[in-house]
Parts: sequence; structure tokens; C-alpha cells
Amino acid sequence: MHPVEHFSLFARILHWLMAAMILAMLFIGIIMVTTVEPAYHRLVDLHRPLGISILLLAVVRLVNRWLIRVPPLPNTLPPALSLAARLSHIVLYVLMIALPLVGWGMLSAGAYPVVMWSGFVLPPILAHDPALFAVLRRLHTWLALILFGVVLVHLAAALMHGLLLRDDVLPSMTGGRGNRTADDSAS
Amino acid sequence: MMATIRETLAEKGGWLRLAAVCAAPTLLALAFALAAGWLVPGRLTPGTFMRIFGLVDGPHPGFRRNHAKGVCVKGWFEGSREAASLSRAVLFRSRSPVVGRFALAGGMPFQDDEPEKVRSLALRIMPAHGGEWRMGINDIPVFPVRNAAEFNDFLLASRPDPQTHGPDPSRMAAFLARHPETQQALALLKTRAPTSGFADDTYNSLDSFTFINGEGTTTPVRWAMVPEQAARPPAGPGVGRDYLFHDLIEALARGPLRWHLVVTVGGAGDVTADPTVAWPAGRRQVDAGTLTLVRAESEDGGPCRGITYDPLILPEGIAPSDDPIPAARSAVYARSFALRSGEPEIASAISGADIRLGEP
Ligand code: HEM
Ligand code: HEM
Ligand code: HEM
Repeated sequence: MHPVEHFSLFARILHWLMAAMILAMLFIGIIMVTTVEPAYHRLVDLHRPLGISILLLAVVRLVNRWLIRVPPLPNTLPPALSLAARLSHIVLYVLMIALPLVGWGMLSAGAYPVVMWSGFVLPPILAHDPALFAVLRRLHTWLALILFGVVLVHLAAALMHGLLLRDDVLPSMTGGRGNRTADDSAS
Repeated sequence: MMATIRETLAEKGGWLRLAAVCAAPTLLALAFALAAGWLVPGRLTPGTFMRIFGLVDGPHPGFRRNHAKGVCVKGWFEGSREAASLSRAVLFRSRSPVVGRFALAGGMPFQDDEPEKVRSLALRIMPAHGGEWRMGINDIPVFPVRNAAEFNDFLLASRPDPQTHGPDPSRMAAFLARHPETQQALALLKTRAPTSGFADDTYNSLDSFTFINGEGTTTPVRWAMVPEQAARPPAGPGVGRDYLFHDLIEALARGPLRWHLVVTVGGAGDVTADPTVAWPAGRRQVDAGTLTLVRAESEDGGPCRGITYDPLILPEGIAPSDDPIPAARSAVYARSFALRSGEPEIASAISGADIRLGEP
């Protein structure tokens, strides 16, 4: 046992809250576009405000990350993997912000009201442009699928750290205590 | 790092740990594929309807997958005080600009106008400070089916036979044998007496919705746009392939056309979940406002092509009911709109030149 440098409590809360929200959004999204049942309307009504909440939280999270030091990755990790980890986190941030913006933008370009809840509608962020709507609508799908792919790899990597390497990476985000570090086992 | 992993694997249960690392993302991906319906063939999706419309009407890229032949119109809607007691939607308390579209049902953008073909009116009512309402309404008394699955089967039963290129009567007979409610609805449709054109026609919501007033009281409603223009029977087969549209353009050039939004309040026992069943005559009706249309514009470069008349774009004060059709329409119109908006624009049957010809 040894002390672990954790992500700040605020960063951890944001991480797990947003992980749940984003996974929910991916499932809501893919279910709603493949159904013609009344659930379609209820899911889309949920999808818009939940997606905009993710956008707001992602901005808060990005600022928080710039302001507060994050724990370093273990130096036992090969440089290529460290780089991959850092890049994948950048991609996750980009998508957490781009995907809801594209959702908002495509509805604007398609002249749909961007309803948050009955009586509250966000202003359009793009001018009405059906051709652009078609492009953004397809982009929304592809970005969502890429996000899901990156989340799967991210999940596999987190479990590899937690279950196989048993280093400080998973506890740094769960807030748990260190198990055995790579350094311990090597000694 | 690899050394650490090898050590872990050598421990008791080490391989289980590896299995867990692989299983979690695999299961999540599988759940996603299940949710998407990728592993369940035959799930009814908006894509199914795109294929069926293509089968029945042929491929027509760039056009609406249904109600493909149409013309844009402009005007305004003025709400009445009477409706304000049923719904708190702001458009009942003001005068709002309207972009509408008259169309023929069917996915064929160049079909010939004929007196018996189903006509439609779509409206986008846009109050200045939000609270937009969109609707697409038809000149038939009831819808032939109760839900999306039945509509899919109904369309399939009416698709042209590859040999004869006409509908296959035995397929429709088999569908009707299973659907007495469609038989009844079609019998009602047969009693419809077509009017001379778009201008003197009545258009019905068919679907049921809910009005909510300032006190939160909810009321089940259906509605119709009833013309001020006296309804006349068709003068004959009509001259030219686009005579219905040309007549409309000429009528608008002569002066504004007006309709009243007549809202019917559902009574006890009136079904809202089934648009094949008409509500009994004698229900309370409210004149909820006046629609005034003043000019026609071609879809080419016009204001109605680049939007979809999604019937669930409702203002605060109007909500869906338990009728399953509007949600299906919302999902399918979104797909049709996204597809056609990404396809090259092809000139509409009713061109800008048609509009200028009709104007004095
Ligand atoms: C939608 C799902 C997820 C997203 C978008 C996401 C996003 C992120 C991001 C952006 C980071 C970088 C740290 C930060 O700035 O917050 C991170 C770190 C982390 N995530 Fe996730 N995450 C998701 C799900 C998960 C899951 C399911 C797990 C574990 C089972 C997990 C475990 C971790 C761990 C252990 C770290 C720390 C990595 C390090 O030390 O740099 N994440 N995540
Ligand atoms: C992190 C945030 C978001 C995620 C993960 C997400 C995910 C998805 C997914 C997976 C789909 C299905 C894509 C397909 O296969 O076609 C989808 C569709 C859609 N999303 Fe999002 N989305 C997000 C944010 C938003 C936002 C903020 C809006 C609007 C304000 C939005 C509006 C839509 C709409 C309108 C559709 C398509 C509905 C249809 O065509 O019937 N999304 N989204
Ligand atoms: C499950 C049932 C239905 C399906 C799948 C369906 C499908 C469609 C599609 C794909 C479009 C083209 C949308 C676009 O590209 O913007 C359309 C247009 C239209 N539909 Fe339906 N429809 C259904 C039921 C109804 C009902 C019950 C009504 C009438 C009450 C109706 C009235 C209209 C009208 C008026 C339009 C034309 C809107 C315009 O002029 O742009 N539909 N329909």
C-alpha cells in the first residue's frame, strides 16, 4: 500500500457523472433513430437537453483541468502508450464538445426549434441551410460512433491498468487506494 | 509493462482478469448493437419506410419521400379568443406569419393531378417570439391504419407487382382480411366527395393531440382547416397535368384565400389512439382562428422545400396524445428530410415560371 495521487474530487465527480451521461446519450441516440414507436419522441425530447448539459459540463471540466494539476501517468508506461493515453483524452474532450455543438448546429441548419423543455427553446447557432443540415446530420452520426469507439478503448485501457498492471491509474480516478505499483512488483 | 502483465497472468485467476478486461468493452459494444437493432433483422425503422416508399413510388432523389409534388404558399394565421380558453399556445393570441405547402399524397414528384387524388396542406405557423407550430393535414376523413407497423404492411400490400406494374389485388385483399378497421376506414374514404381544387378543400388532422390551457386543463382535440371559399364539385377531369396547382396559383393571384381552424373537442369515450376511427358528429367545435394565404411560390428556391412539417413540432400549450402515428411521422420525416437535403436539387413540377404565368 502507498498513497495515490488522485484526480481532484471535482474532476472525479465530473468524470463519472459525464461517463454515465455520455453512455446514456449514445444509447438513447442509437435507439431513437432506429425506432418509429412513441418512444422516439420521448427519447429525442430527452436527448436534446441531456446533450446540451454535457456540452456545458464539458466546458466546466476543461477549465477545471487547465486550472488544477492532474496526476501524471506512471513512468513505467512505454512512451508510445503514454502518448496514446494523452491523445485519447484530447479526442474525448474534443468529441464531448463537438458532438453536442454539431447536434445543436444541425437542428439550427434544419430550421428545427432546439427545444430544451416545453416553453424553453435555444436560439439557432447556424443560419437555415438544408444542405448543411444534411452534412451535419451525417457528421453527428459519425462523431457519435467514433466517440463510442474511443470510449470502448478507454474502458479497456482503464481495466488493463486496474486489473492487469494494477498501477495507480484506475484508483487516481475512482478515488480508491493504491494496490501494488509496477515499481513495487519490480522490486 | 509487458513483464507486469505476464506476472499477473501467471498468478491464480490471472487469466480471469484478462478475460474481464476484454469482456467489458465487448459486452458494451454488443449492447449497443442490440440497441441499434443491428442484430435483430426486421425491426421497423425510419429506414424501412425509406425503402418501402422507394419500392412503391420509385426512387426520386431530392424530393420528399411522400407528398412529393407540391407548391409553397405564404400568409398568416390569426388566433381567436375562443381557442385561448383551450390552449395557452401564444399563436392563439396573436397574428403569426405562415409558410405552407399544398401537395398531392404519394412519393411521385411528377404525378398528374387528378380529382380523386388525396391533397394535403402543411403549415408552419411562426409567432414572433417563439412557440412555433407545424402540421401536415390531409383532405380525407380518417387514416387507413392505426400505427406505423400497419402502415408499413399497408404500403407493402399496395406496392406494384414487378410483372404487371400495377398493384396486386390479392395482397391487398389479404391485408384487409386481417384488418377490419382498415376496411371501415377505406369505406369512409370512398364516401369523400372531392372538391374542385385545393382552394375549396377541407384538410383534417386525422391524428389526435392534446390542448393545455392556462390552468393546466388538458383537452383531447382533432382539427380541420375549413375553407371560407364555397366548396364546389370538380368541374371535370381538369386541363393539363398540373391543373390543381395552376388553379390554386390563379386563385391566389386573384385574392387571398381563407380557412378556419375548426378544433373538435373529444367527448367521453372518443378514441385518441386510433386515427382510423372518426369521432361522432355533434362534438363541440371551436373556431380557433383564421388562416389567410396570399401568395404561391415554387418549391425551387422557395421557403417550404428546406424544412419538414414534423407534426410533433408543437408550441407550449399543445402536446401529443396517445396516438402512435405522430411519433412515427416525426421519426420518418426526419429521415426523409435528412436524405433529400443531401441529394442534388431537381426542379419541382411546379416551377417559378408556372407561378408567374398564373399571376396577372
Ligand atoms: C463516456 C465515457 C467516458 C469518458 C468520456 C471519459 C473521459 C475521460 C477523460 C477525458 C479523462 C482524462 C481525465 C480528465 O480530464 O477528466 C479520463 C480519465 C480516466 N478515465 Fe475515463 N471516461 C469515460 C469512461 C470511463 C470508464 C467507464 C472508466 C473505467 C472503467 C474510466 C476510467 C478512467 C481513468 C482510470 C482515467 C484516468 C486516466 C489517467 O490517469 O490519465 N473512464 N476519462
Ligand atoms: C454528447 C452528446 C451527444 C451524443 C453522445 C449524441 C449521440 C447521438 C447518437 C448516437 C445519435 C444517433 C445517430 C445515428 O445513428 O443517426 C444521435 C442522433 C441525434 N442527435 Fe445526438 N448526441 C449528442 C448531443 C446532441 C445534442 C446536443 C443535440 C441537439 C440539441 C442532438 C440531437 C440529435 C438529433 C436531432 C439526432 C437525430 C434524430 C433523428 O434523426 O431522428 N444530439 N445523437
Ligand atoms: C406512419 C404514417 C406516416 C408516414 C410513414 C408518413 C410519411 C411521410 C413522409 C416520409 C413525408 C415526407 C416528409 C418530408 O420529407 O419532409 C410525408 C409528408 C406528409 N405527410 Fe405523412 N406519413 C404518415 C402519416 C401521415 C398522416 C396521418 C398525415 C395526415 C394527417 C400525413 C400527412 C402528410 C403531409 C400533409 C405531408 C406533406 C408535408 C409537406 O407538404 O411537406 N402523413 N409523410
